[in-house]
Formats: sequence, C-alpha cells, structure tokens
Amino acid sequence: MGVFDPIIELSKGLGETLRSFLFEKTVTYQYPEEKRPVRPRFRGRHVLKRYENGLEKCIGCSLCAAACPADAIFVEASENTDEKRFSPGERYASTYEINMLRCIYCGFCEEACPTEAIVLGDNYELSFTDRRQAIYPKEMLLEPVPTVDMITPRKVEPGGFNRSVPEMKDPSD
Amino acid sequence: MSKQVTLTINDRQVTVPDGTLVADAAKMAGIDIPVFCHHPKLEPVGMCRMCLVEIGRPMLDRTSGQVVMENGQPKIQFMPKLETACTNRVSEGMVVMTVSDKAKDGQKGTVEFLLTSHPLDCPVCDKGGECPLQNLTMQFGPGKSRFIYDEKLHLEKQVPLGELIWLDRERCIQCARCIRFQDEVAGEAVLGFDDRGRNTQIVSLSDPGFDSVFSGNTTDICPVGALTTADFRFGARPWELDAEASICTQCPVGCNTTLNTRREARTNGDIVVKRVMPRQNEEVNEIWLCDKGRFAHHYTESRKRLTRPLTRKEGKLGRASWDAATKLAAENFVSAKKNFVVLASGRLANEDLFNLKSLADHAGGSAVLYSDMGGGELTQLVGVGAGTNIGKMGAGDAILVVASDLYEEAPIWWLRVKQAADRGATLIVANPRETKLDRFAKYTIRYAYGDEGKTINDFSRKSKIADEFAKAKNAIIFYGSEGLGLNGSSTLASACATLLKETDHVGRPNNGLIGVWQRANDQGAWEVGFRPVPDLEKALKGKAVYIAGADPVGDDPNLAKALKGAKFVAVQDILETATTEIADVVFPAQAFTEREGTYISGERRVQRFYAAVPPKGDSKPDFSITSQVAKQMGVILEGSSASVVFDILANSIDGMAELSYAKLAEVRGQWPIVGRGDLYYGGTTYENTQGLGVQLLPMAQAGGAVRIPKVRKEAALRPKEKELIAVPVNKLYDRGVTIHPAQLLNDRVGEAMVSLHPATAKKMGLTAGGRIKISFDGVSGEALLKTDDTISTGVALVPRSMGLAIREPVTARVLSAGKVK
Repeated sequence: MGVFDPIIELSKGLGETLRSFLFEKTVTYQYPEEKRPVRPRFRGRHVLKRYENGLEKCIGCSLCAAACPADAIFVEASENTDEKRFSPGERYASTYEINMLRCIYCGFCEEACPTEAIVLGDNYELSFTDRRQAIYPKEMLLEPVPTVDMITPRKVEPGGFNRSVPEMKDPSD
Repeated sequence: MSKQVTLTINDRQVTVPDGTLVADAAKMAGIDIPVFCHHPKLEPVGMCRMCLVEIGRPMLDRTSGQVVMENGQPKIQFMPKLETACTNRVSEGMVVMTVSDKAKDGQKGTVEFLLTSHPLDCPVCDKGGECPLQNLTMQFGPGKSRFIYDEKLHLEKQVPLGELIWLDRERCIQCARCIRFQDEVAGEAVLGFDDRGRNTQIVSLSDPGFDSVFSGNTTDICPVGALTTADFRFGARPWELDAEASICTQCPVGCNTTLNTRREARTNGDIVVKRVMPRQNEEVNEIWLCDKGRFAHHYTESRKRLTRPLTRKEGKLGRASWDAATKLAAENFVSAKKNFVVLASGRLANEDLFNLKSLADHAGGSAVLYSDMGGGELTQLVGVGAGTNIGKMGAGDAILVVASDLYEEAPIWWLRVKQAADRGATLIVANPRETKLDRFAKYTIRYAYGDEGKTINDFSRKSKIADEFAKAKNAIIFYGSEGLGLNGSSTLASACATLLKETDHVGRPNNGLIGVWQRANDQGAWEVGFRPVPDLEKALKGKAVYIAGADPVGDDPNLAKALKGAKFVAVQDILETATTEIADVVFPAQAFTEREGTYISGERRVQRFYAAVPPKGDSKPDFSITSQVAKQMGVILEGSSASVVFDILANSIDGMAELSYAKLAEVRGQWPIVGRGDLYYGGTTYENTQGLGVQLLPMAQAGGAVRIPKVRKEAALRPKEKELIAVPVNKLYDRGVTIHPAQLLNDRVGEAMVSLHPATAKKMGLTAGGRIKISFDGVSGEALLKTDDTISTGVALVPRSMGLAIREPVTARVLSAGKVK
C-alpha cells in the first residue's frame, strides 16, 4: 500500500459526500411544516363516513366493537325516526367511542363494518395530555358535513330511508 | 314407565319413550337436527321443512305381518322422499339419517327458500348473535342463493303488535311458533295468520294489540328477529351482555330469571340491567316468564333510588353518615323498649327478614308483616309437598283456585294450572266474579263476597264437585285475597287446610295449600316468624317503628295518620316513597339486582339470587343495615355475608337445617335442553346453571303433627239495601313502586277502576265509563266506573295499589258521579 492511498480513498469518500450534497435531492422531511404523504393502505385515525346525502353510514350495529381485538370501541345504539334521522334504517349509533390508546390500528373494524362506515384514515397525529382525551367520541370521529342542510339529525320525508344496510352492487367486493 | 322404543339415528342406537318425535329423540341422543317451527313445548306442525331427514322403517311382509329379514338383519325400507323429523314419531327398528347427502341437500334447499325474502339485516337486528336462522344458515345453508336478489319481497319493517312487541314482517319465516304459543300454551289466541302463500303475515287479533301477559315469550321462541321487545329494542348486541341468575320479585311464583347487564353510556357508564330473560326451571316457570317479570325491572334503576343515609334535622331530611344515622335509630329503638316495632314486607329477602326478626326479638319489640293476607302458618303445615311440579299434574288430579284471579296475581301459575287442566286435571275455580281461568275450569263456583270460607266448608257436604275433589289422586288448593282482608283470608286458609286434611291431600308432592301472596317473599316472611296484625294503625301509633321494604304512608292515609303519630320512624328502602318523606331516619338499601339473597316462593321453594350490577351510591343490603343498627343497640348480628346469615337462619328454623347456599345452587339435567349452542331448539331461554332451589317439607310431609288452628271469624260485611261494600281485588299492572318506573307498562297500568254490577250502577244512576268519586274508610278518591255482570249486586270492586287505599272489605259511598269521558 502506497503512502498516498489513504488520502485517495478519503477524497473518494468526501467526493461522494460532496456529490450527493450538491446534486441529490434530500430525503429529510421538515416535519411538522412538511408532511410526508401516506401510502394508499395506510391505517391512521378512524373516520366515520357519511353518504352523499349527509346521513351517517354507521348504523350502530357494534360489529366493529365485536371484531376489535383490543376492545377499544364502545357502541350504543338507539332508534331513528323520520323526524330525527341520523342514518338510514331503524338504528343509529347514539354513542360511538374509540379509545385511541387501546387501538392497535389493525383495521379489523373496517373489515367488519357492513356499511363501510368506519374507515381508518390518513391522520397519524394523535397526542393527548391525559387518558380521557384519548377516548374519541362520535362527534370527533364523524366526517364533517359539506353543507349545513346535511347535518344530522335531520327531518326527512317519511318512508324514504327504511333500509339500514345498502344493497351490495357486487357481493364479491 | 312408558314403553321404550329403540331406533338408530346416524348409526347410533337410541332408546327413547314411545311416542317421542324423531327430532326430540335425536336431541336426547345429542344429535342436532335443525328445526325452526318445531318446539319441544308445542305441538308439531311441520311448517318450516327444516328438519328433513331420511327415515327408514323395517319392512313388513304383507301376508304374515312379520318383519322381512335380509342377511339376518331386518330389511329397512326408506321412503322415496325426505320426511320431517318433527312430525314423525319413533317406532321400533326405525333408521334415521340426518347427515346423509340427501338429507343435507334437503336442508340446504329449505334454508335457501327461507332466505328468498329475508332482508339479511342482521347488523341492525336485535336477534343477531342469538338467531337460529343465522346459526342454521351458517351451519346447514348452501352459502349462496340461486334466487334473484331484486325479487326479494319487501314488507313493513316496524309493526307494533302491541306497545311491548315489535314485528318485522320481512324477517318472519311463518313458522307460527308465536301463534301456537298463544293458542296452546297461553290459551289466548290473540295472534293469527292473515292472507296466504307468499303474502302470509302475522297479525294481532286483539284490541289493544297483542293483549296477553305472556307476549314476551314469543320473542324468546321466535327463531328469527321478527318479534322483538320494545324494552330491549337496540339495547345491546347479545354477545355484549353479561348474564347473572336471579329470581323474579314481582309475584310469589318465583320465576327463575337471568339478568343481562351491560355498561351504558346513557347512565354515565353505570352497569345496568338491559333485559330480563327466563331461566329454565321445569318445576317453577318451565322456560316462560310473564311480561310483568320481563319488563317491570326498571324500578331498580329509577331516578328515585335512595343512595345515601338521611336524618331529619330541624324538620328537614339531610345527608348523614351511616354511623350517625344508625346511631340515631338505635338510640330511639333502645329507649322505646317494648314499643319498638319492626314493620317489614315480603319484598325483602329471607336474610333481611331474619335479621330484622332477630333484632325485634333481642330488643323485646315486635315484628309485624306488612300484608293483608293471612294463612302463612297453614302453608307451613299443609303446604304443597316437596317434589311438587304442577307441570306433571293431569288426568285424575284436581286443582282448586279460590278467591284469586291467578291471571292477574301470578300469571305463570295461571299458565301452568291452565295446562294441567288441558292435560285432564279437574280444575275448580271458585271466585265471586268471572276470571280468565273460568274458561278452562271443569267446575265454576260463584259465591257472594264474604262467603269464601263457607264455600270451602261446603265441600264437606256431598256434591259432585266435592266428590271429585275428594277422590282426586292429587289435589292442590290455591287461595288468594280477592275481596278479603287479613281476617277473611285467614278464615279461608283455615277452611282450605281443613278440607285438604280431611280429604287426605296433604304431605305428598302435588298435594297441599298454596297462598297466592301479594309479594314475592311473603311466604319467606312467615317462615322466619313475621306475622301480620289485625289492627295495624294501633300497632304503629306512638311506637318507634323500623319500616323495611314497605310504603304504608303512600298506600293508606289511615296508616299515614298512624305513622305521623308514631314516636320515631326509621325507613329502610330502595326508593323514595311517601313513607321516607315522613321518616326521621332513612337507610338506603340495595335492590335485589345488586346483592345476594334468597326468596321462598308460594310453593315454598327456597331460591337463590345473585348480584348482577354494582350497588348504587352508598346503599347497603338490608340485612347488613339491620346488623349495623343492631350493633349500635348492643346486639350482634351477622351483617357482612348473606350466605352466613342464611346459614344461621337455616340452623334456627325447623326443616331448613339441610340448606345452604351451595345446596340451593345445585342443578340437575332438565328436559327440554335449552340455551346451549342450539338456540333454534328451545329458544333464547337461559339454561339453569346456578341453582334450581330446594322445596321445603311441609309439616304434614315431615311427619309432624298437623293441627289446624281455629280462626275466629269476624262476620263478613253484607251489602244492605242502598249500601255499597267496597272489596279489594288484585291487578297485575298496578301503581306499585316496583312497576311504576317501567314507562313501557304505563299504558297497561291505566287508571283506577271501580267495578259495579250493572244493576247496582243503574240503581245509583251511574253509567259505565264515567268517573265517580267514591269514599270508604275515611278515604275518598276518583275512579273510572266499569260494570261487570258476574259480580254480586251491592259490591264495588276496588283494585289494590291503584291509588285507592283498601285493605279489607269496607262500606263505601259514591259521593258524586262525574261525566263520561
């Protein structure tokens, strides 16, 4: 090995550093100013979805709670009326709570849901200062309505929404 | 023992009694045949075709009638088509195949057909999770349907059959279990089928809708979610519920129940009773429960629950510590000496009553039972023998029901007595007016109010009815308090006991006397030594009174007056009542859902109930409160464990020495098998895993001397010319504190109704349907007038606990007649 060999090797390495510094795009995200987009199958904080008409998709069937391996979900159902309608059909969730400290984001609730009401969304920024705050009630989970007249509960034409579970267009889906 | 038949089911030899249906025989052998319309308590109809199996019978030679043999074995001839296991009875040598390809194919086809119009809305269905259709579809269904989805029949989804039961027409599979239950078991044909073919629908034929006190049972046996209760509607999913065994507290039948509980957001995260389900006990309630037992449980969670001890300071009740409250009561009780009175009702458990009685004995006071019905010492002497099962009574037996409307007072006894009559038992109903039981009676005796004792004494004279009663293999008498006060019912009980003794219907199972008490544990109160007194006002006036589980002030203005004149009043109850308002000290007690204990039913069966929900606030079980008061008085009573109190109780009462909580929790196998994985067979009734209870031996069976004490009979009131006698009658849904908080039942409670004979009403210028003001015994009140031509003239029927205070027959006056509403 020659005397200059270490110097050559060192300058090779430093050259590489200089090259990537000058010509390569940086991979660091400046979180929280800059957020990295999540993958299509990412499982973040849950969202309770609505139909296009604003009615809640959730019918309070509690199958998500049954599927939940961490026992993080608590659902209590009540009866819908046309005067005060939350969701299509007879039943809606009057209480819907998820304990985010218990949740393991496995997505079983999503799979159990017969109306595709609960969806694990993109939000991963969950922080609390005490345990009670970690219990997200229905108001926090429910998707916001686009316009004021779509707010639930609302009065609807009698007889229009008597089916809880939407007809499946493609049962294999 | 009946003839036994041996058959082969799925290559297994099974021996069952002759006449058994194939579906039941398979069940006995532990082989499941899927069924929807078949129910072990109902007659077979073969409507749903779910139980299709292959059945083969030994081939008989046409000429000789001998079994044709083939290779040394009888030649089995199979029917070319599948047969229903629920309508075919077993025969010798029968071969049944339930899981052959052909049978499976048939079952698959049936499920496919049943689902052609089923909405499959399991996620919102209250039955989802305990639904036979769901389970059998998973287990026996084809997995997919060949029918066109868009051709599903869409029908009404929310049909109220009555205010208690909802019908979903889409989910109904027309098995007719509900209709058959009402026809065959309940004897009230209020449901029926309308239209035909694919349009067949269940309809209620009565007004008000589904007018039966057994309606809740149809939701248990409904194999789909077509019938659900309004009470539990969307209450929880079945798998989220916890279950705890309990005993119904609404009447002396002592139905075994299961309390389903769950944490509830509406009540700030409390664990509450979500529904009450029957628990199988073939000797008590079989697998049924009346609507009162099922829906009236809400009082334990009423907002009027007492949660903290209260003491009166400067005329107002205010919070106090347990120590201060018990000390105040103890001081007053001690200083009262002989004037210390414990007034308790049969709403309490045996342990509570025992501690209260011990306290009264130690302190030299008296223990008074809050009841206007007598005869409890006679049911101890000649009560029904241990081993009694009304469900086994039939031809050759006799049942006499006197002065009681069992339908209103003890619905499950009514049901079982009615079924005994269906099986051929001689039913004799003696009542001053027509009751629902008359329809099933072989003999109906109508007497005038006041003639109860005489009617029974007349059985000693020769008559067809008396003869049939005397010659019956087994005989039971149910006596009640219709139109009777304490003296009248004691006289009646004595007459009944004498009759039973003279006809030798004592000391054996299915023989003896049963009191139709007004409260669940009145019999228990008699057992531990509580006795009612003839003049309660006198017994309370000027005394230091310890009231437990009773509301005398709310019940009767005369008692209110007497208690206002009492020296000191301590009240121990679960709810705020008119009595707690006048109390000097109030102790909050725990409801039966929150603690352990035992009750003794009218048939003298000691039964155990368990704690299902946590106690409310600072409340304590009654026996524990009493022990705390006793401690302050210098008396040591057990107060920490219900089972220890029971052990002490059992040791100090004759005939109970053998009993313990462990003994009461014993179970035996029962038929039909219900409540396991096979909800489709027996319905959602719970299996009994926590105790069948133990029936006490009456003195006549235990071998003791039976001497029936004479009761000094007071002359019964007779209506004179232009005079009216008010007599008390009992109503199922009344305004009592244990029913009132159940809002669902409010419509059925209605308002106070006074019944008169139409002639009496006409003479007084009153019209039915109008409101009248009636006055008796210093009490006056308004009531709706009803006429009933089956009662005698000159009497006014006044229901107990409906706002008009009545404890015994009294003369009455109609003050004014209002307008027809």
